[in-house]
Amino acid sequence: MVNFVKGRFVQNYRLPSGGRINRNKVLTFRYNNRYYKGYEGDTLASALLANGVDIVGRSFKYSRARGIMCAGVEEPNAIMQVGATEATQIPNVRATEQSLYDGLVCSSVKGFPSVRFDFMSLVGRVAGGAMGPGFYYKTFMFPAFMWETYEKFIRKAAGLGRSSRERDPDTYDHMHQHVDVMVVGGGASGLMAALSAARAGARVIIADEQSEMGGALLHHYKEIDNMPALDWVQQVCDELDANENVQRFTRSVVTGLHDHNFLTINERRTHHLGDAAPQGMTRERIHKVRASSVVLATGAHERPLVFGNNDLPGCMQCSAVSQYIRRYAVMPGTSLVVMTANDSGYQCAFDWFDVGREVVAIVDTRANPDGDVFVQAKERGIEVITGSAVIEARGGERVRKAVVAAINDKGTFVTGEPTELLCDTIASSGGWSPAVHLSCHTGSRPVWNDDIFGFVPGETPENNIAAGRVSGAQTLSDCLREGIKAGADAAASCATLHGQASSDSLSTPKVVDVKQGAAMAMYLVPHTKTPTRAPKQFVDMQNDVTAAALQVSTREGFESIEHVKRYTAMGFGTDQGKTGNVNGMAIVAKTLGQTIAQTGTTVFRPNYTPVTFGAVAGSNKGALFDPKRFTPMHKWHVEHGAKFENVGQWKRAWYFPREGERMQDTLNRECVATRASVGILDASTLGKIDIQGKDAREFLGRVYTNAWAKLEPGRCRYGLMCGEDGMVMDDGVTSCLAENHFLMTTTTGGAASVLSWLELYHQTEWPEMDVYFNSVTDHWATMTISGPNSRALLAKVCSDIDLDKDAFKFMDWRAGTVAGAPARVYRISFTGELSYEINVPAHYGLHVWEALFEHGREFDLTPYGTESMHVLRAEKGFVIVGQDTDGSITPIDMDHAWAVANNKPFSYIGKRGMAREDCLRPNRKQLVGLETVDPNTVLPEGAQAVRNPAQSIPMTMVGHVTSSYYSANVGRSIAMAVIRDGLNRMGESVFFPLADGSVVEAKICNTNWVDPDGARHKS
Amino acid sequence: MIKNALQHQENWQRMWRNPKPKAHYDFIVVGGGGHGLATAYYLAKVHNQSSVAVIEKGWLGGGNTGRNTTIVRSNYLWDEAAHLYEHAMKLWEGLSQDLNYNVMFSQRGVMNLGHNLQDMRDIERRVNANRLNGIDGEVLDAQQCKEIVPIMDCSGSTRYPVLGASWQPRAGVARHDAVAWGYARGADQLGVDIIQQCEVTDILIEDGAAVGVDTRQHGQIKAGRIGCVAAGNSGVLAGMAGFELPIESHPLQAFVSEPIKPILDTVVMSNAVHGYMSQSDKGDLVIGAGIDGYVGYGQRGSYPVIEHTVHAIMELFPIVSRVRMNRQWGGIVDTTPDACPILSATPVENLFFNCGWGTGGFKATPGSGHVFADLLAKGKPNKLAEAFTMFRFYDGALIDEHGAAGVAH
Amino acid sequence: MFVIYCPYCEEHREEEEFHASGQAHLARPLDPDNCTDKEWGDFLYFRKNPRGLHQELWQHTAGCRKFFNITRDTVSYKILETYKVGESPKVNLEDASHG
Repeated sequence: MVNFVKGRFVQNYRLPSGGRINRNKVLTFRYNNRYYKGYEGDTLASALLANGVDIVGRSFKYSRARGIMCAGVEEPNAIMQVGATEATQIPNVRATEQSLYDGLVCSSVKGFPSVRFDFMSLVGRVAGGAMGPGFYYKTFMFPAFMWETYEKFIRKAAGLGRSSRERDPDTYDHMHQHVDVMVVGGGASGLMAALSAARAGARVIIADEQSEMGGALLHHYKEIDNMPALDWVQQVCDELDANENVQRFTRSVVTGLHDHNFLTINERRTHHLGDAAPQGMTRERIHKVRASSVVLATGAHERPLVFGNNDLPGCMQCSAVSQYIRRYAVMPGTSLVVMTANDSGYQCAFDWFDVGREVVAIVDTRANPDGDVFVQAKERGIEVITGSAVIEARGGERVRKAVVAAINDKGTFVTGEPTELLCDTIASSGGWSPAVHLSCHTGSRPVWNDDIFGFVPGETPENNIAAGRVSGAQTLSDCLREGIKAGADAAASCATLHGQASSDSLSTPKVVDVKQGAAMAMYLVPHTKTPTRAPKQFVDMQNDVTAAALQVSTREGFESIEHVKRYTAMGFGTDQGKTGNVNGMAIVAKTLGQTIAQTGTTVFRPNYTPVTFGAVAGSNKGALFDPKRFTPMHKWHVEHGAKFENVGQWKRAWYFPREGERMQDTLNRECVATRASVGILDASTLGKIDIQGKDAREFLGRVYTNAWAKLEPGRCRYGLMCGEDGMVMDDGVTSCLAENHFLMTTTTGGAASVLSWLELYHQTEWPEMDVYFNSVTDHWATMTISGPNSRALLAKVCSDIDLDKDAFKFMDWRAGTVAGAPARVYRISFTGELSYEINVPAHYGLHVWEALFEHGREFDLTPYGTESMHVLRAEKGFVIVGQDTDGSITPIDMDHAWAVANNKPFSYIGKRGMAREDCLRPNRKQLVGLETVDPNTVLPEGAQAVRNPAQSIPMTMVGHVTSSYYSANVGRSIAMAVIRDGLNRMGESVFFPLADGSVVEAKICNTNWVDPDGARHKS
Repeated sequence: MIKNALQHQENWQRMWRNPKPKAHYDFIVVGGGGHGLATAYYLAKVHNQSSVAVIEKGWLGGGNTGRNTTIVRSNYLWDEAAHLYEHAMKLWEGLSQDLNYNVMFSQRGVMNLGHNLQDMRDIERRVNANRLNGIDGEVLDAQQCKEIVPIMDCSGSTRYPVLGASWQPRAGVARHDAVAWGYARGADQLGVDIIQQCEVTDILIEDGAAVGVDTRQHGQIKAGRIGCVAAGNSGVLAGMAGFELPIESHPLQAFVSEPIKPILDTVVMSNAVHGYMSQSDKGDLVIGAGIDGYVGYGQRGSYPVIEHTVHAIMELFPIVSRVRMNRQWGGIVDTTPDACPILSATPVENLFFNCGWGTGGFKATPGSGHVFADLLAKGKPNKLAEAFTMFRFYDGALIDEHGAAGVAH
Repeated sequence: MFVIYCPYCEEHREEEEFHASGQAHLARPLDPDNCTDKEWGDFLYFRKNPRGLHQELWQHTAGCRKFFNITRDTVSYKILETYKVGESPKVNLEDASHG
């Protein structure tokens, strides 16, 4: 088919004039390593056809040659790998959707060694008989160990295109839109709906997947209001564009219609310009639209008929043939046979004839077609064979003949002798399937309509309005009229409208309709042989699903259309069954002896057409994947070489390594220096909640396990928070700022959930309480100095607080000035050392931190991070909620009975939960310390404990290590663990069988390794 | 198969009959998904029960069984859950041969990523527990993760770098529909009546004991014992029997890409960035999300959940940016407060429930059916089931698997 | 994605601004210490889970931080009303039924 003249490829199938293409812009592209030419305005498909390329791929299962069948998104065969570089590779591009650009490089996705000469087709021809539906379920099981070898081969053969192996050079973004009326589809109905709604004063978005508005008008030479249809389209677009409340998107597919009229529109901004987006442009955009009302004017997809070898290159939809001729000035072949069950199929024969090419015959399955088109065919001298069908296409890898036979009036069997017609193109039309997809996305089922032999949208939860071909309208006047009404109704249903109403009313444009003959219900064309013996009759091209396969499946007991689809994979391709599903349903219905309506339909789900992952992600990737939260002193940590860990969204300094130090060296140095002199920790990330009100004190008593009634202003207390199930949830020091004013702290990770927790109880349980909460986490910079010299250091920067040990006692807080900044200083300790937590308004944080370092030089002030903080607190047995606890530990399990005040009058949150049967039983896991028998062995955190390491697997485990460190201060390893009945088994050994086969023995002990009497922090 | 090829595929046997229900069965299983069909199969096969029916309101395997992301693994944290899922795993390992139907169980490994220090502690804890429970597992570092999954970004420069992972080599994926069909065919061959398109509208109770069901299409069907295995619709059935369950039915969403050549040979899951991915034998990237926070029976959830999952996938696998997302869908998962199932007697005698599998249902299918069949046949739970009584929610003996359940809540 | 009318802000806002907080009208027993384990377990864990109309508690976390109630159909996801904590719903749950 490809013509090679004087060493150059020419577009032999391009018509000399016509088409909506720009012949002044010649484009060069490469397909399967050969260069071709096309024009601006072509799709890749039209350009390939213009150059006479007919084989564009091989089918999935049988490796049969496939050609271009359609002209739009419903195309199943022309799937291409596109991209001139590795980074810009795109798999599975539909050639009918891809605008041609200069330098486009593409290849077919299947076919080895080439799509024209493919070895797998031989396999398909020989073994195809064995490869019925579901064949892989019935085999490849024996021997069992071979499945994964079989699988390797299956996987290699599967898949269409390939992903790029490099990062995407393009960017994508999102926009939010709020409109009164969303119109989906820019054909005749959609344009009228948008205009009608706009004139009613609505804010409107109208979106169409094509490069220009007009829909089917782009290839129909009709007249509207006495002007060419496309001039009329331009006029409407001009008025819409002049309205500031209307946005008109082309190259934009509405991919999903979600609950409450939320829609996603995928705008392909640069696919027509090149491989990668030009500088400064995002490649695609997703518009997230919230609409008050939605009009679906999505049109319909033509169904080809199912007949023998209907997958041969040269078999096409009738409307596709019209589109290629009219819109792209391309002839898909040289001689045409048309088979149709309705009037619309005749149009492509007229288009073909009117450009001077041979129409061999129109084969009309109806015995007595009586529409105007029948007369028009006769006027052109085109032969019309009625009451007949093309029962089979013949040819090697391109149509060469159509086998025609008379059929009965129901189209169920052949009644006459088959004859052959020579041709290279067979266009068929079985009817039109309304594009109902979006109407199903929120669960509505489409409804079978016997007038059009298709499914139309059912009732949707949001009362979306369908207009035009999608709702079953059959004439252009009906489409226009329905569009106008839909737009007006949509606008009227909005509670408010955001635009200006116009005084111009919209009347239905004038159109001359032709007399339509009744259509016939045809899906599977009968053959002289049964489907299992006839040449393959394809229903789903992409997954090689034949009519025979569907019949076999139902015979095997898969009687639900859902089962059939899953068993045969019908409709599961990238075309999502747009041309095949209804044919398939009809065949299944017939096999079961039911109507199509009884067989049911599948409910379509997003996306209407596939959407690039990059577009869905938008700009939320890389640095913008998730916000980073920094403390006010972050810059200082970076400058001083800190390593960081993520704690939730926060970046926390983890440790501060010096030159030449391994991590353990750093930790040893930081921990020793803190206990020897003074260390400083940035603790700004802990949650801080300001709580005020007359009932604040009582409220605290209800949400915490401990008592708050007597905590005076100026004092702090450790607070333990449980869920209603009695399990430890969060903890932190809470201080009394004034009689009705407290500051609660939480763990870093728990801050947000604790705030919601407090709000929940206040608003829904105890609304009578006078208490208010505000998150102040980000308001304060928090730095804790710990160590015997911390008082001396503080004295250097703070002169207005009496730091004497009896004036400012352990668990007091004082207000004052630190390094010139207003401050609250809390004498609390997470290290067990004399310790002051300095809080200043956040914007003073860095200044105060630096001031401390300046004065801290004489004390060798050592910054430490979260890791040393973990070690220092473990040396005192202090718990970290979320590390030493996992939601299954009560305060009693945690050895914190001292923090539980059961004599409080109110049954605080957690009290009843802790008293449940399972919480009171013996042998619960309890928090204890561990000392390894070999003091230099550090247990891995997460190691599981057994009492008897010699037992066989499965072993009875009795707990695990929650925190474990080498402690330079203690001079040995220390660990905390939850061990069953641990508190009653002090001194006993437990054993930890590790992954490398070794077993570590450790003894259960108390957790208070450093300064057990607590003299240091009280000093 | 060759014979059938030569006969033009015209003489395959039916996979299962379409019988009318009898008036009485010794055992009725309400719910014809994977778990219900497996239950019926094992009742017939292991317990030699010949009077068993499965009653399914739609078409068999049409609920969560046909909608999940097909992952099979047993690397759960707590002993009770680990043993139950591992029991299922061992059944998976011979299932195709047992059913003579290829469920395409591919043991290509499952990797659960850790992105921060606490993740890694939790991974160590879980893998150690697995190991001592006899379940395969290792802890990997970032380098090892990269070797197994070359397309994953383990560079350390991402927002939440991969620090390591747990790895269960025997875990993998299976073909979900095939599991339902294989069990259905097997059960049918053993005499189980599978009644599809039959909706239970009431559970008939006399003197505090269940005696049968009432159905919309076929009226009353009496039973000796009834096992309800209806996943997201369990609450509706419990309501018919007059009690509540500690279950909420939430949407769980998933989506696939268009089919592409193989780029991923294993399953990768990440709690921290909220998404998990594998590649089917057809070439689709199969991606799962976390549950939506509200109760939903619409088999769909909210768009932001899909978005967040795609963000996660793009962070881990940046090269898939130009690949396209094809279909998305949702199931209805019955979640319990501790992310562990309910395999239990109920306040009504002769009525038993198997539900609450939440996001962990598919992987447990053979084990769930096997253990529930045992419970129905004997009337009391065996060692594997006893911890999963619904009454644990009264005495407090929950088994909190939210971490290991592997999906964000 | 839902669009939700916050009864405090008195406007429709996107679902992303809110957090679903489970069943509405869960009354904490007034005398927990005298509840049986079963009664406490019911409060902790047992929830309505209707296939049909449901009353839910939601919080406007990215907005006014208020909790409020929604009557919503758990099958069609249609929101029938939103109402403040303390107000009575207008929709009668028994009015609608679902198969």
